[in-house]
Amino acid sequence: MPSRSLRVVLAEDSVLLREGLIGVLGRFGHETVAAVGDAEALRDAVSAYDPDIVVTDVRMPPGFQDEGLRAAVALRTERPALPVLVLSQYVQRTYAAELLDTGDGTGVGYLLKDRVGQVEQFVEGLTRVADGGTVVDPEVVRQLLRRRRDPLAQLTPREREVLGLVAEGKSNAAIAAGLVVSEAAVGKHIGNILAKLDLPQGDGTHRRVLAVLAYLRG
Amino acid sequence: MSGAPWRGAGYLAGGALLGAAVLLVGVALTAVGAALTLVLVGIPLLGALAFCGVPLAALERRRLRMVDPAPAPSPHRTPDTPGINAWFRLRVTEQATWRELAYAVLLALVLWPLDLAVLACAVALPALLLIAPAHLAAAGGPAHGVRPAKLWLVESYPAACGTALLGLVALLALAYPLGAYAAARAAFARLLLAPRDTELAASLAEVTRSRARLVDAFEAERRRIERDLHDGAQQRLVALTMGLGLARLDAEPGTPLAERLATAHDEAGRVLTELRELIRGIHPQVLTDYGLATAIEDAADRSPVPVDTAGTELPRLPEAVESAGYFAVREALANVGKHSGADSARVTAVHTGEVLRIDVRDDGRGGADPAHGTGLTGLADRLAVLDGTLTVTSPPGGPTVLSVEIPCRAEA
Repeated sequence: MPSRSLRVVLAEDSVLLREGLIGVLGRFGHETVAAVGDAEALRDAVSAYDPDIVVTDVRMPPGFQDEGLRAAVALRTERPALPVLVLSQYVQRTYAAELLDTGDGTGVGYLLKDRVGQVEQFVEGLTRVADGGTVVDPEVVRQLLRRRRDPLAQLTPREREVLGLVAEGKSNAAIAAGLVVSEAAVGKHIGNILAKLDLPQGDGTHRRVLAVLAYLRG
Repeated sequence: MSGAPWRGAGYLAGGALLGAAVLLVGVALTAVGAALTLVLVGIPLLGALAFCGVPLAALERRRLRMVDPAPAPSPHRTPDTPGINAWFRLRVTEQATWRELAYAVLLALVLWPLDLAVLACAVALPALLLIAPAHLAAAGGPAHGVRPAKLWLVESYPAACGTALLGLVALLALAYPLGAYAAARAAFARLLLAPRDTELAASLAEVTRSRARLVDAFEAERRRIERDLHDGAQQRLVALTMGLGLARLDAEPGTPLAERLATAHDEAGRVLTELRELIRGIHPQVLTDYGLATAIEDAADRSPVPVDTAGTELPRLPEAVESAGYFAVREALANVGKHSGADSARVTAVHTGEVLRIDVRDDGRGGADPAHGTGLTGLADRLAVLDGTLTVTSPPGGPTVLSVEIPCRAEA
């Protein structure tokens, strides 16, 4: 992935985490142009700095409910091309669904906050979202897989595993590396899955992810 | 001879002493109060005297137990707010306070002399006759002669023994009338001091209200704990894993330091996962944010048995109702997963005007015993506070259906 320096607007009400995230982003050469503590300030900062990507927490002042998510959805509705990565303390399928419904579902990420501890994967996800990709937390995908059982039952365990990774937004190469198989084998699995689930073949990774997510959400 | 007459005698003796004391103190305080009225401070003193029946009645209700095993609870309600003013304001409106004052006046003027007279006739008089021989001996023998209870002259030991025998017979013969009087006296006290039916109903309503308050407080406390964990421990742990993640980048790969950092990093990650599960068990955020229908779907997502939640659409309901409904579904689904052997389950939740009804049905083997699980008992208690009900039907062979009904209105 071409490494470029991203200009990030960060919304996180905990000072501890805000400083930590700025540090992690800086370590990978990304610049935090504004770090704010609530949804109101987030909107202002986006207008002021026009960032490459927005990273926001879900729960923020004043109500400590889902202000960050509301702000993210509002921002995406205003500017569908603005990449947004939402961090949540707990997995909520509904949150993911709301986000994916904004814009055309590209340039969106929804990750469990715990993932920021895996700094490399986190920053990789961040850049993928900034490049217009879709990143959905494995935990959400697991929930989705558990929900839709009927046609998924035809899949082999390996195919289900691959499907999960596809839904998370992994490329063929990344899936192959994760499962320690050849890329060709992954391609064959994916072909089988898409055929069994009656999903369009080919296309780019992003469209494939969206198709799979749309399918899983029923 | 049973103990009842003795307890009766004790009850009356206590009553006589207490009554005399009340008379003395009452007269003294009234006099002081009346005298001080001239300098105004006496007026509140006289006013406070009107409440003297309350502590006296509390004591009398305790004393009732000596002769009457039936419970005599307080007829008074508990003030809503602490402080002496609230106490007076409530007491002055209660009929029981004035019944107790009437009892105090009766005790001081009529009852205790009566108690004393009955004790004198039924106990003291026979006792004096009974000790006639000893009395005679103490007085110096037959030569002097004594007059027990000032009734007749006894001048010989045989006569003294005869008198003692008479005393014994009188004591035994009078024991039961004594007991009967004590019982009548206790019944009279109960009439004035025990709660009336309307007061019992009021106190029951009070208990119901306080139980509801307790549940609300419990609910608020859960949310506070969830919030504290979320804002405190969880954030710090995330920051810690970030720090460890960065440190791993800087450590030379393959060195013992890198390995230790990796171990610590993974461990912190696992703690974070556990903490997240713990927080969800305390109070799920999704319930606060999106309401019961979404929270039920969330619970269904996590169930090991496939759960169909189609058609679950609900308005926002009062917080306590949503919480009770959610934990009912969680408990039911946990039981489906653990005991039923079911392949699938179905949750339906509907709110029809006044009632929320949730059904959790599985296709398992049935035969579940609702009395078995402590989880279900706790659930039923929780629902009872909201006037809700829990029913479980589980014929052998299935299906098991757990139904919850809670009367409630939708939140505006």
